[in-house]
Amino acid sequence: MRITVNVDGTSYSDEVEPRTLLVHHLREKLGKVGTVVGCDTSNCGACTVHLDGQSVKSCSVLAVQADGCEVTTVEGLARDGELHPVQKAFHDNHALQCGFCTPGMIMQSIDLLADNPDPDEKAVREGLEGNLCRCTGYQNIVKAVRDAAHQMRPGAGPEAERLGSHVGGGGE
Amino acid sequence: MTATVEPEIGKARLRKEDARLITGSTRWTDNLSLPGMLHLAVLRSPFAHAKIVSVDTSAAKTAPGVIAVYTGKDLDPESTIGMPCAWPITPDMKSPRRPVLASDTVNFAGEGLAVVVARTSAEAHDALESIDVEYEDLPVVLGIENALAEDSPLVHEELGTNRNALWVFDSAEAGTGSSVEDAIANAEVTVKRRFRQQRLVPAFMEPRACVVDPTSTQITMWAATQVPHILKTMASLTLGIPEHKLRVIAPDVGGGFGGKIGVLPEEMMCLLVAQKLGKPVKWNESRSETMVAAHHGRDQIQDITITAKRDGTVTGLKVELLADMGAYLGLVGPGVPILGAFMFNSIYKFPAYHFACTNVFTNTTLTDAYRGAGRPEATFGIERIMDELAVELGMEPLELREKNWIKHEEFPFTTVCGLTYDSGNYEAATAKAKELFDYDGLRREQAERRASKDPVQLGIGISTFTEMCGLAPSRVLGSLAYGAGGWEHAQIRMLATGKVEVVTGASAHGQGHETAWSQIVADQLGVAFEDVEVLHGDTQSSHKGLDTYGSRSLVVGGIAVVKAAEKVIAKARVIAAHLLECAEDDLEFKNGNFTVKGTEAAKNIAEIAFAAFMAHDLPDGVEPSLDSDATYDPENFSFPHGTHLCATEVDTETGRVTIRSYVCVDDIGSVVNPIIVEGQVHGGLAQGIAQALYEEAVYDESGTLQSGTFADYLLPSAVDLPHFVTDRTETPATSNPLGVKGVGEAGTIASTPAVVNSVIDAVRQFGVDDIEMPLSPMRVWHAIQHGTTDAGDVATGAGGGLGSIDSAGGAQ
Repeated sequence: MRITVNVDGTSYSDEVEPRTLLVHHLREKLGKVGTVVGCDTSNCGACTVHLDGQSVKSCSVLAVQADGCEVTTVEGLARDGELHPVQKAFHDNHALQCGFCTPGMIMQSIDLLADNPDPDEKAVREGLEGNLCRCTGYQNIVKAVRDAAHQMRPGAGPEAERLGSHVGGGGE
Repeated sequence: MTATVEPEIGKARLRKEDARLITGSTRWTDNLSLPGMLHLAVLRSPFAHAKIVSVDTSAAKTAPGVIAVYTGKDLDPESTIGMPCAWPITPDMKSPRRPVLASDTVNFAGEGLAVVVARTSAEAHDALESIDVEYEDLPVVLGIENALAEDSPLVHEELGTNRNALWVFDSAEAGTGSSVEDAIANAEVTVKRRFRQQRLVPAFMEPRACVVDPTSTQITMWAATQVPHILKTMASLTLGIPEHKLRVIAPDVGGGFGGKIGVLPEEMMCLLVAQKLGKPVKWNESRSETMVAAHHGRDQIQDITITAKRDGTVTGLKVELLADMGAYLGLVGPGVPILGAFMFNSIYKFPAYHFACTNVFTNTTLTDAYRGAGRPEATFGIERIMDELAVELGMEPLELREKNWIKHEEFPFTTVCGLTYDSGNYEAATAKAKELFDYDGLRREQAERRASKDPVQLGIGISTFTEMCGLAPSRVLGSLAYGAGGWEHAQIRMLATGKVEVVTGASAHGQGHETAWSQIVADQLGVAFEDVEVLHGDTQSSHKGLDTYGSRSLVVGGIAVVKAAEKVIAKARVIAAHLLECAEDDLEFKNGNFTVKGTEAAKNIAEIAFAAFMAHDLPDGVEPSLDSDATYDPENFSFPHGTHLCATEVDTETGRVTIRSYVCVDDIGSVVNPIIVEGQVHGGLAQGIAQALYEEAVYDESGTLQSGTFADYLLPSAVDLPHFVTDRTETPATSNPLGVKGVGEAGTIASTPAVVNSVIDAVRQFGVDDIEMPLSPMRVWHAIQHGTTDAGDVATGAGGGLGSIDSAGGAQ
């Protein structure tokens, strides 16, 4: 069936098989290979994207369910060459090594901060429970998310203002 | 002029690699797409041991989008292709042929036996369902001791045994120490224990994948591998493809941890299918396939005897291992337990040592390297038995260790295994760790909780570890019958504009080589960090290398970079002297500048590179290039060490274990980039702690992997791990010019016994002296209720003897 999905600001209209998962549609049809597949049981969270502003594991959503929706992937976060504060915080805090879980981890972190702009360590750990990382032991990921929260806090200056344009950007 | 004044080495540089990884601009193998590319799907056996009576592919061949279907016979009609094992540990080692696809029998659940080639991956997978295979059950061999029983059925009838090899080291025979049997006969105190190293899954986040393009003069293979160079040579030897006709690329690779060290049947399958069809092909596995088809790690039974004098001086150590190889031998599988042979004695001055390891075949997924490979097992064995000895002697466990460890003034120290530890300071690391941990305070709290019968008891676990890494001196590997050398290659290309390309044979998959190597080169040549580009992972640009494993990249590959830089400077010096009209000896090289001593006259390395490029004014006989290669073979291993302290709270009513505090002080010598080091330690700790508390590959009695998904195999998430306190002492290695030691495996090697010792320390008061890993709440609770759980009970009792299953634990 035909679906129309807006992904990272571009509208795509395609025929898809009803069984096609959103993640496969993104990767195979739309070339959005920044979003990756790490498991087949919805445990790892590597494929996390935002669907109408909320984080979803795109392996657990059918492409047809995204018809008429807006999807933001890790590829759509940076604006005018400027990184999203969460992306920057992952870099600044060495929150990635191999980087395979990173797209999902960043998308989930943004969602987490939208719900809770000032999470403590426990809240970050619990908020990322559905995203697995094998490299970092999570410590620097937790640090990065809390650093991003600090950078995005209300009154953080022009950087924070800019966030209004981000899906699920949180902060205010 | 871009001279660096502040040294780059030691600077907490943020990683160059991150830019593409945080924006999704990645080149994972599965991201690649080539014109006309076809997709492969593998039919895998659901049975652990069965004869293949027939395979009917006719329906699959007519399924929509299917180009071809191949069985094992189709790809290898003569049944002559066997996957390589590069580590024949003994001359009489039994080695079964591991086919690309099984054609006569399947020997573990998950083994491939047919492949569908289709237009899309979905069509290929759909067609798998219409392949009809008739199997005839064969008896399933599970459990190391069962496999060794007189009347056991055989995994491979043609071998006549389930025993792969027996490998022995004895210090009396080797002349490196005295006789363990004498030590046991004369011992004042003897402690014997049996420990179990459960089977683990490496669980790199990126599943394995391979793309082969046969359409150019060199067949190009992209693979999610740690070892592109080894893969290239081995693929050539295995399939007879001339080596110069093959190019292997490891693009962005999503973790490995030893799990991507293999030369895979699926990779050989891709090469064969692509050549048959003359079209690019891609194989990409699902996580469920990874869990059963990618090699596992660990899986040992350890029988350990330690002897000591009453005053605590150790007198002998005897280690008898049984190691499960699974159904076949991996690339270095049989040698993995042998890497532990030299590490059981650890940092202690044993006068007598005996090690014997029996490798065994079972109808399970093969085992091979997993982070630490043999050394975590050894460290676990020795650090656990030191605690048991301390209890037997009534000594404080840290005091027992200190009494027996090599003192810092005794280095270099040659051990009972004949290895020479170049440097170390166990006293300094331990003192720092104790202070950060508040060791004495926690011991006080522990005593109080015991006295008040607090339902939550506190345990303190110690692991004072060392490891041998930086694999390795080629001659040592040769003496162990390892199928390759241990050198590494680097090349530095000085470009006309003063920028630098560094080629390394150490292929990274998350470690941060691009950043660290840039720092090394910036210091060596006096160029800017940003002006260095590191090239790796493509055998066309990086033609020579032995890849990344065994914490070898920096201590072997990084030193090769230093050696190449020294050659660049030597070449530049000749040209600089010519241009500055002075003798070479009058030149001083510092911060990228050649300066004539005592004058202001100078030329920087970029100017020399440009002069070499122009070649208008070079001394006679000097070639117009500064580019230099170095292939470095280390003289010794590196021996990082550290003291890890873990405090756990054990809820005696539920068996739940919570890590209250984890402190480690590692000594990895000089540090190139402290944040990368810290990241390596964190990740290593996570994996070691996960072995202690969470992870286990569990088979049922028919040989089906029960923990075959991330829903069943408990990879820890952020909530399952504590905040780590990490610190360092710096005792530079004397075996290399940077003074560096490996760090990639340290955290994993050290942490597992620290956690288990801690839990046992908390519950020993209930008569418990061991609990099998992982220490699930059920097992801990059971141990508290019933006193000692016997780790030796692996192969007895109902439901026992199934490799990683035991009668008390299993999937609980």
